[in-house]
Amino acid sequence: MARLTLDALRTILVACAGEDDSADLSGDILDITFEDLGYDSLALMESAARIEREFGVTLDDDDVNEALTPRLLLDLVNGSEVRAA
Amino acid sequence: MSTPSSAGAGASGQRIVVTGLGVTAPGGIGTERYWKALLTGENGIGELSRFDASHYPSRLAGQIDDFEASDHLPGRLLPQTDVSTRYALVAADWALADAGVGPDAGFEDYDLGVVTSTAQGGFDFTHREFHKLWSQGPQYVSVYESFAWFYAVNTGQISIRNTMRGPSAALVGEQAGGLDAIGHACRTVRRGTRLVLTGGVDSALDPWGYASQLAGGLVSTVADPERAYLPFDAEASGHVPGEGGAVLIVENADSARERGVERIYGEIAGYAATFDPAPGSGRPPALGRAAELALAQAGLTPADVSVVFADGAGVPDLDRAEAEAISRLFGPHGVPVTAPKALTGRLCAGGGPTDLVAALLALRDQVIPATGRTARVPDAYRLDLVTGQPREAALSTALVLARGRHGFNSAVVLTTHRP
Repeated sequence: MARLTLDALRTILVACAGEDDSADLSGDILDITFEDLGYDSLALMESAARIEREFGVTLDDDDVNEALTPRLLLDLVNGSEVRAA
Repeated sequence: MSTPSSAGAGASGQRIVVTGLGVTAPGGIGTERYWKALLTGENGIGELSRFDASHYPSRLAGQIDDFEASDHLPGRLLPQTDVSTRYALVAADWALADAGVGPDAGFEDYDLGVVTSTAQGGFDFTHREFHKLWSQGPQYVSVYESFAWFYAVNTGQISIRNTMRGPSAALVGEQAGGLDAIGHACRTVRRGTRLVLTGGVDSALDPWGYASQLAGGLVSTVADPERAYLPFDAEASGHVPGEGGAVLIVENADSARERGVERIYGEIAGYAATFDPAPGSGRPPALGRAAELALAQAGLTPADVSVVFADGAGVPDLDRAEAEAISRLFGPHGVPVTAPKALTGRLCAGGGPTDLVAALLALRDQVIPATGRTARVPDAYRLDLVTGQPREAALSTALVLARGRHGFNSAVVLTTHRP
């Protein structure tokens, strides 16, 4: 099962929810909150749905809402492979 | 008999002024571009190019072809907005800038309301998402479908983008809904909100949205874009659907003066809406009654009106009914009448507000735009229809009419502003 990388997450965020002109996604964003990056809970739901489809995982909505940063979301997705299997 | 300067104060004694305009319409986006297109007779109607319409019985539309959303809106908004909402957001930006409403204008969030109308919602967006639903499954449908289609979405997105937290609403009344929104915006100001952004925008030129408009049975099947939509013409054969609309900023006149607005386009002196009796009842349609009630609210009589912006359905029966209402109210050939929407197509909820913008600019420039390509008006209509060329005239008061399918009638009375 492919792991979700930060680069892939960046691509998915932009594809699903667009880019915020005021936030720069290109740098080290692992520990910046999604809120500060300009992505609200709907944007995360949309991105999570894409991740589920592309990575064959199942994500709980509550868990996604608690993943406040890219690092936490990556951990959630990459850790959930085991559960999804 | 009151003068226009005291018009529209109503029981509250308040006057409502228009201080900002924003237009996204076929033939030209931007207020002045739109106005120039009307005065030069530039036809915004053409072959539908948004999709392959070759198998449809009608293939024309009033399309906006010079709009690139990413030139006007942040990327974050694009995945969550239908094309109609993008037009609405940009028209709102322009209207607010035109009225000088920005962070430094001295407004609190709750001083600013939003009242808009859309009759079709996010058809294009929904068509795309439903296609995913049918072909790929529910997990492929965008979460933004939850609101992107919705009638209230333009009000909501404009409110969020501009932090306008005052009393807000969304109205639906087909082609009459845009004037209803403006009427409700005036009520909102009278109840104490300093400024309300209002108007209407629609777009449904995707295969599904266009098909649904054709299903109404009032769309012309004439293939020539110069001959398809001819309101009040002897050869009227229906209308052409268009997209876009207009946004206006309305304010309490005293509040506008206090904040030192640069420009007042005019006053909204009266508004009324009526509903037609059921088909077969034998009672007459109620458009004329809406006009009378709007004039009464303005404290004016038909003799005060210098121009009528008609609904102009482009369907013989409907044209005749409107012509009768106008000639009964104003007398035969009693007032100049125009229907500039003949150049844009019918914009649904966007139609009334866009006509209101045209009427305000007519008052400003003292000129009446012509009714598109309409040339031969049946004598029985007894209308003084402005055709061919714009007509210069001394204008102080305009009546704007709109009818929505299945019985909605709305009327707005505008006057020039006399401080």
